[in-house]
Amino acid sequence: MTYQVDDRGYYGEFGGAFIPEMLHANVENLKKRYVDIIYEADFQKEFDNLLKDYVGRPTPLYLAKRLSAAYGGKIYLKREDLNHTGAHKINNTIGQILLAQRLGKRRIIAETGAGQHGVATATVCALMGVECIVYMGQVDIGRQAPNVARMRMLGAEVRPAMSGSRTLKDATNEAIRDWINNPENTHYIIGSVVGPHPYPDMVARFQSVISEEMKWQLKEKEGREHPDYVVACVGGGSNAAGAFYHYLDDERVKLVSVEAAGLGVDSGESAATSVLGTIGIIHGSRTLLMQTEDGQIIEPYSISAGLDYPGIGPQHAYLIESGRAQVYSATDKEALTAAMELSRIEGIIPALETSHALAILDKMKLKEEDIVIVNLSGRGDKDLATYIDHLDELT
Amino acid sequence: MKNRIIDLFERKGGDVLNVYFTAGHPELDDTASIISALDSQGVDLVEIGMPYSDPMADGETIQNSSQKALTNGMTLALLMKQITTLRKSSNIPIIIMGYYNQMIQYGEERFLQEASEAGVDGLIIPDLPMDVYADQYKDLFEKYNVTMSFLITPETSDDRIRKADKLSNGFLYVVSKSSITGSSSTISDRQKAYFNHINSLDLKTPRLIGFGIHDKTTYDTACEYAQGAIIGSAFIRALEGKGGLKEKIDKFIGGVRR
Ligand SMILES: Cc1ncc(COP(=O)(O)O)c(C=O)c1O
Repeated sequence: MTYQVDDRGYYGEFGGAFIPEMLHANVENLKKRYVDIIYEADFQKEFDNLLKDYVGRPTPLYLAKRLSAAYGGKIYLKREDLNHTGAHKINNTIGQILLAQRLGKRRIIAETGAGQHGVATATVCALMGVECIVYMGQVDIGRQAPNVARMRMLGAEVRPAMSGSRTLKDATNEAIRDWINNPENTHYIIGSVVGPHPYPDMVARFQSVISEEMKWQLKEKEGREHPDYVVACVGGGSNAAGAFYHYLDDERVKLVSVEAAGLGVDSGESAATSVLGTIGIIHGSRTLLMQTEDGQIIEPYSISAGLDYPGIGPQHAYLIESGRAQVYSATDKEALTAAMELSRIEGIIPALETSHALAILDKMKLKEEDIVIVNLSGRGDKDLATYIDHLDELT
Repeated sequence: MKNRIIDLFERKGGDVLNVYFTAGHPELDDTASIISALDSQGVDLVEIGMPYSDPMADGETIQNSSQKALTNGMTLALLMKQITTLRKSSNIPIIIMGYYNQMIQYGEERFLQEASEAGVDGLIIPDLPMDVYADQYKDLFEKYNVTMSFLITPETSDDRIRKADKLSNGFLYVVSKSSITGSSSTISDRQKAYFNHINSLDLKTPRLIGFGIHDKTTYDTACEYAQGAIIGSAFIRALEGKGGLKEKIDKFIGGVRR
């Protein structure tokens, strides 16, 4: 059994490319060329060098002793928060900007929710001197002001998505429309393992550096490459896909995905896609998504803008359906509590998204001998306003 | 019964006017009145949009009308009922345009069967890939006597155009330029060259040109290069203007087909 994409662009029954003809030429071109381009020696060299000297990789694998003492087991944190721009998102944007150059595209568009992917895209565009337009829901522009300012400072144009619920899914729709209108000169840098094939696979490959490093780092520390658990939060699923990538076929490693339960899975205000979702099509991919009986897409809710997506990457849908990955969810409150705890006992302020992954350690009932890696996908600077709002109730 | 779209193109080789509007917009129950007015204006074909929350291929106008329709309470089941009722008084060929997810959630066969029984003649599902259609749905469409029109664009290769031609029946939807719906400018020489190229391919399926057709000039130009044209966003904008529904429709269609 393989958990990687097949040659038709599917993970089991999930994936594919359900796109209007207006996008076909670009997506097809990408599909034909992405693997060859990524594995060119010249591409690999440039990618590796930028990850090392610009992004700051490898990121540390840190044994969190006090966190381990609190929950049992040996808990390691994969420090993606120490990447340039503060999250794993830049692994993907470095890869895609190099790819865009080789495709001859001089204009970059992206969607963003929390603004992390937007900032990571604006950053690589500044680095390469390329025009950058980031679509962001008008609602998110309001609640993520610092990241909007960062993108502008980096020279990107932030265009408000005014349609629908004016959040991440609508920003994605607007980016897709832009690509339809500008097929010749534009590359669309999608921010997660979502969208039509080959995006989920391509983004996973760029993020796979996370588990590639985990293997040798854990070998150095524990004398073995495989942990018992890898834990990651899932919005679209890119940090999780990267953290799982090199362990997918190693059944000794239990893969744990954590979704945002919002106010509670059954509260009507949630983003726990794998529980609340049914099979359908979103942004060109067949996957699990939150929708009405009539197939209208439901707007999810989470305190974390980066997990506030009504779908899930098709590979994750497959990992969950096949039982390869286990899913947990954490509420807003549990995530906030976990953020406060990590700050207090390890001196690390995590992103709100990441806090969801940390919040389930308690539910995992770890044994002393368990080795766990939590993918610390991002740092909490961008979430300070939210944390400050809740500081009194949490301390 | 003979499919009304097939029948239309057998009778008429040019100047075919297809008008698009969103079901449930401006008001929930306008579907029948709009179709009746279009029918009496001599419009050849109507394309009813099933409002969708995330219409990827559509521009602002259609998207806003879809949102309004959903807020008004439009559903697929209601649309089927409306079409069943209006079929008692109109024989105009009817196409439903919607997104693949809507069809999946309704149940593909149930959707085709109910649409066919209601009196729908054809479908346009822009995000349903040709291969998936050929593998999974072609036989069902034939079983229920419903046509399928695929889209081709200036970026579509000749091989794919031929494939779309082979798989489509009724008509082929020629997207006039690389854009979403709703743009309005005149038809450029580059577009005309693209239309000429398509005409040189000796395709079996009649063609209608859509996207950006918004007035008499663009309609007439489109008709020079194909069997007819599709007007969508411009018509929706006309419906959103002041005045009675019938007057607005008469004025708009009258203006296009003066
Ligand atoms: C720090 C961080 N972690 C996780 C996510 C969720 O995205 P994904 O599931 O693609 O990793 C985001 C998205 O903005 C993020 O900023």
